[in-house]
Amino acid sequence: MPAAKVIKTIGHRVINTVWRIGLATRFFALILMYSGASFSRFRLTMKELFSTGVMSLIIIVVAGLFVGMVLGLQGYETLKRYGSESALGVMVALGLVRELGPVVAALLFASRAGSAMTAEIGLMKATEQITAMEMMAVNPIARIVAPRFWAGVISMPLLAAMFSAVGIFGGYFVGVVQIGVDEGSFWSQMQAAVDFREDILNGVLKSFVFGVVVTVIALFEGYDAPPTAEGVSGATTRTVVTSSLAILMLDFVMTAIMFRGN
Amino acid sequence: MRHLLILSLTQLTAPALVEIRDLNFSYDARPILQGINMTFPKGKLIAIMGLSGCGKTTLLRHIGGALKPNKGYVKVDGQVIHELDQAGLYAMRRKMGMLFQFGALFTDMSVYDNVAFQMREHTDLPEELIHDLVLMKLHAVGLRGTHHLMPSELSGGMARRVALARTVALDPMLIMYDEPFAGLDPISLTVVGDLIRRLNDALGATSVVVTHDVQESLKIVDYVYFMAGGVIVAEGTADEIRASKEDFVRQFVHGEIDGPVPFHYPGGNYRQELNLEG
Repeated sequence: MPAAKVIKTIGHRVINTVWRIGLATRFFALILMYSGASFSRFRLTMKELFSTGVMSLIIIVVAGLFVGMVLGLQGYETLKRYGSESALGVMVALGLVRELGPVVAALLFASRAGSAMTAEIGLMKATEQITAMEMMAVNPIARIVAPRFWAGVISMPLLAAMFSAVGIFGGYFVGVVQIGVDEGSFWSQMQAAVDFREDILNGVLKSFVFGVVVTVIALFEGYDAPPTAEGVSGATTRTVVTSSLAILMLDFVMTAIMFRGN
Repeated sequence: MRHLLILSLTQLTAPALVEIRDLNFSYDARPILQGINMTFPKGKLIAIMGLSGCGKTTLLRHIGGALKPNKGYVKVDGQVIHELDQAGLYAMRRKMGMLFQFGALFTDMSVYDNVAFQMREHTDLPEELIHDLVLMKLHAVGLRGTHHLMPSELSGGMARRVALARTVALDPMLIMYDEPFAGLDPISLTVVGDLIRRLNDALGATSVVVTHDVQESLKIVDYVYFMAGGVIVAEGTADEIRASKEDFVRQFVHGEIDGPVPFHYPGGNYRQELNLEG
């Protein structure tokens, strides 16, 4: 009976999803529980900060520059219709610090650093490095996973801030230098309209949440990956897909809470 | 079916470091280990042999505390492994070393850092002393000159020897080897076999080698257990195993095609599957 089979398949997938969410939550709790070494031996976290944060900088800066330039171009074309070209700086800045900075930086972070984390942890598992560590009486959650988690959480807001800053420069370059929008009104209106708490801090809070979510998903998928080539590649794909969807859904929820009525 | 060749443990008079009694384990409903009894006396080198999938590695994982038995127990140094809490298990594992099939070296660390790993994690030794100890361990396996290399720059045999140096970094009382000879060329195979014997004697440790490499193992071990289908089918000293008339042991030791271990995996009727029968 095809209908029964479909219902059975859906039921199986729902149960499997709930089961995995439960496992990921437990995994997150274990990371927090065994985070002591990430701070008492901060050089472990520093090493991961370099590979997740610093090594993601180039893609973040280049992407931020082009997103800002496109915003400047599109924003100018739209604002010109209403004679409000001078508000270009406000539009570029608010668009970046509220939305595009945290969201696009998180999507890029998930693709670049998140997938790398999953593949690295998954391959460590497949080549028995994690089992070897356990057999040496060293807790792999404390030694391998927690430093990567905190590196992701620390670097995500910094990368988002860098994305927004470079994006604003991109908007300035196109709007002011190339098109000729008045430089004074570009910066002064931006300064007047962008609120530190409402806009900047909420953007930072968003990127912090995205950092937690993306890093936990990436580490969990790697740690839970079947120890085969197919298993690791599947886990890497799941990291990018799940993280991207989670970022977009959470962004909607947080935007609705933070900016409703503003 | 269990064929005891000769109960030669009386020859191994040292007190037992590892005792395995009535060990039973199954994955879901599939039995893997059934009523295993073994004794590893202190200072001896024991081999556990058998075909792939016979439960050898599962047994090793029970000794290391990675799996819990359904019935029976593994006792190491007087402590029942599956009754230990995490702190107790970690304390016990500090006294153990395990060499994995392909070394399991940490690929993001140099050879030096791999060997120094446990010293840094478990001791407060100054870095100068760790430096000397690491070079001594690497010298013992003949690879002092590789300390600056990364694992990806080593051959399979060299990686296995570096892993061996890492395994004995803290002078463990029990060393476990999971297929240490797999995939090695003849020279590396002899070198690794010789190192296993010499390190066991030099450290005064007890070693367990899980392998299906009969010829190399019989050269170095004190006692052999043969496993098949999750049970012990034969045991004895190396000479007793070589002289055994038991069918399974003969087939295994001499690599014969004909014997109690069939060539074909069980399947349906061959003629029917080829549609030759109406």
